[in-house]
Amino acid sequence: MGMKTDMRLIDDNGLRIDGRLPNQLRPIKMQVGVLKRADGSAYIEWGGNKIITAVYGPHEAYPKHMQDPNRAVVRARYNMASFSVDERKRPGPDRRSVELSKVISEALTSVIFGDKFPRTSIEVYIEVLQADAGTRVAGITAASLALADAGIPMRDIIVGCAAGKVDGVVVLDLNKEEDNYGEADVPMAILPRTGEIALLQMDGNMTYEELTAAMDMITEAAKKIHQMQVDTLKSKYRGDEDVE
Amino acid sequence: MDEKKKVREIVVPGEEIKQEGKPGRGVFVENGKMYSEYLGIVEQRSGYVNVIPLSGCYIPKRGDKIIGKIVDLAPMNWVVDINAPYYAPLHVNDVPWRVEMGDTGRYLSIGDVILAKVSNVNELGQVWITMKEQGLRKLEGGHIIKISPTKVPRVIGKSGSMIQMIKEYTNCKIYVGQNGVIWIAGSPDDIIRVIKAIRIIESEAHIYGLTDKIKEFLERGE
Repeated sequence: MGMKTDMRLIDDNGLRIDGRLPNQLRPIKMQVGVLKRADGSAYIEWGGNKIITAVYGPHEAYPKHMQDPNRAVVRARYNMASFSVDERKRPGPDRRSVELSKVISEALTSVIFGDKFPRTSIEVYIEVLQADAGTRVAGITAASLALADAGIPMRDIIVGCAAGKVDGVVVLDLNKEEDNYGEADVPMAILPRTGEIALLQMDGNMTYEELTAAMDMITEAAKKIHQMQVDTLKSKYRGDEDVE
Repeated sequence: MDEKKKVREIVVPGEEIKQEGKPGRGVFVENGKMYSEYLGIVEQRSGYVNVIPLSGCYIPKRGDKIIGKIVDLAPMNWVVDINAPYYAPLHVNDVPWRVEMGDTGRYLSIGDVILAKVSNVNELGQVWITMKEQGLRKLEGGHIIKISPTKVPRVIGKSGSMIQMIKEYTNCKIYVGQNGVIWIAGSPDDIIRVIKAIRIIESEAHIYGLTDKIKEFLERGE
C-alpha cells in the first residue's frame, strides 16, 4: 500500500491491469472435503491465491483456562507458507498473522452456535500456500466452507471479499499490484443472508462516500461468492466435480 | 425417476427452509422464518421439520449405547474416550465387578474397549457412563472402525434391518455405538467385506434405495 510507481493501474478504457472491470471479481474455484484426517476442510483458489483450510473439533479446550463454561471458543490460525510470497517469508507467527488470526477468529465466532458446545474449542487452520492480495477474505470464505463441512452449526455461511481504491477509482477485489501501489484496501466479511458485517478493516485513505461505494460493491459481489459456496457444498453430496 | 429426485434435499447453514411444520432439531427461527443450522438433509417427522447433519461430532444423549476406549486410570474411575467433544468418567460403582480402591487397572486398562451406556449428561456437557446393565461389557478382540455419528441410523437401518442383513451375509459379530464407533469380530475376509459395505453406506447415506444396493453388494462380493 502506498508505494510509488509509474505503472498505470487503470487504463484509458477504465480497465484494470489484468483487464477486469472495476466491479469484476477474479476467477474463484472452491472445493470441500480435500483433507481426509481433518473433521472438515476446504481449498480455494481466488485469482493467484491458493489457500487450504482445515477444521478440528469441537473438542475439550486445553489449556483449561481457555475454556469458556458457556460456549465454544473458536481459535483460528492464519499462517503464510514461507514460499507463498516473492521473497521468502520467515516462517512462524508475526505481527500481521497474529492480528489476522484474531480478527478471523472473532468473525467466525459471530456465526457459530457456540453455546451448543460449552467448554470446547474449535480449531480453524488457514494455510496460505500462495498469496496474491486478499488472502484474509479468501481465507474466511474457505474457513466457513470447512466449518460447514465439519458439521458445525452456524447461522450463516460467512463470505469475505475486498475492495479498494486505485488511481482514484473504487474497485472490487484488488490484485497484488493494485494492493501494493493503490491508495486503499478494504477487506470485509459479511453474513450474506442478513447483510451483517463480521469483519471490516481499512488500510489507506478513502472518503466516506468512497468507503460506502466500496462496501456496496462487496455486498453485491458477496452474493455471487455465496452462491458459489452453496453450490460447492451441495455438489459434494451430489457427486459432482468441484465448482468453478 | 430422474437422477436428481433420488437425492434427498440438501440444505446449507443459513438456508431458508420453506417446508411447513414446527421447527425441530437442526433448525433455528429468525423473524418467523426457519433456517438450517447444518449442512444436512431436511426431514419431516410428526409435524416437525428437522435438519439431519451430514457430518459432525457425536453429542451424547442419555440412554445411548456407545463404544468407548479407556484412555486413563484413576483410583476410583476410568476415563473413557467416547468420540464426543468430552471424555467421560466411568466410576467403579458403574461396572459389573467389585473393584477395590486403586485396583482399577486389574479390570480395565488403557486401550481396552467397552460397550457402555450414557447414564447422564448435564448442560455443561459433562457425561457419565455406566456398564451396569444387561449386555454391556468389555469387548475383546475384533476390529474397530469409526464413521460419522450422523450416519449411524443409516447403518442400523429401519429397526435394525440394514445391520441385520450385513450380519447374515458375513457371519460377523457387529456392535454399532451411537457415537459412530463400530466393533466387528469375525474372519479377516468377512471383516473387510463389512467395512466395505459400511463405507458404501457412509458415502451414500443421503440416497434412497440404499438397502437394495448394499444387498446387491453383499450378494455379489464373494
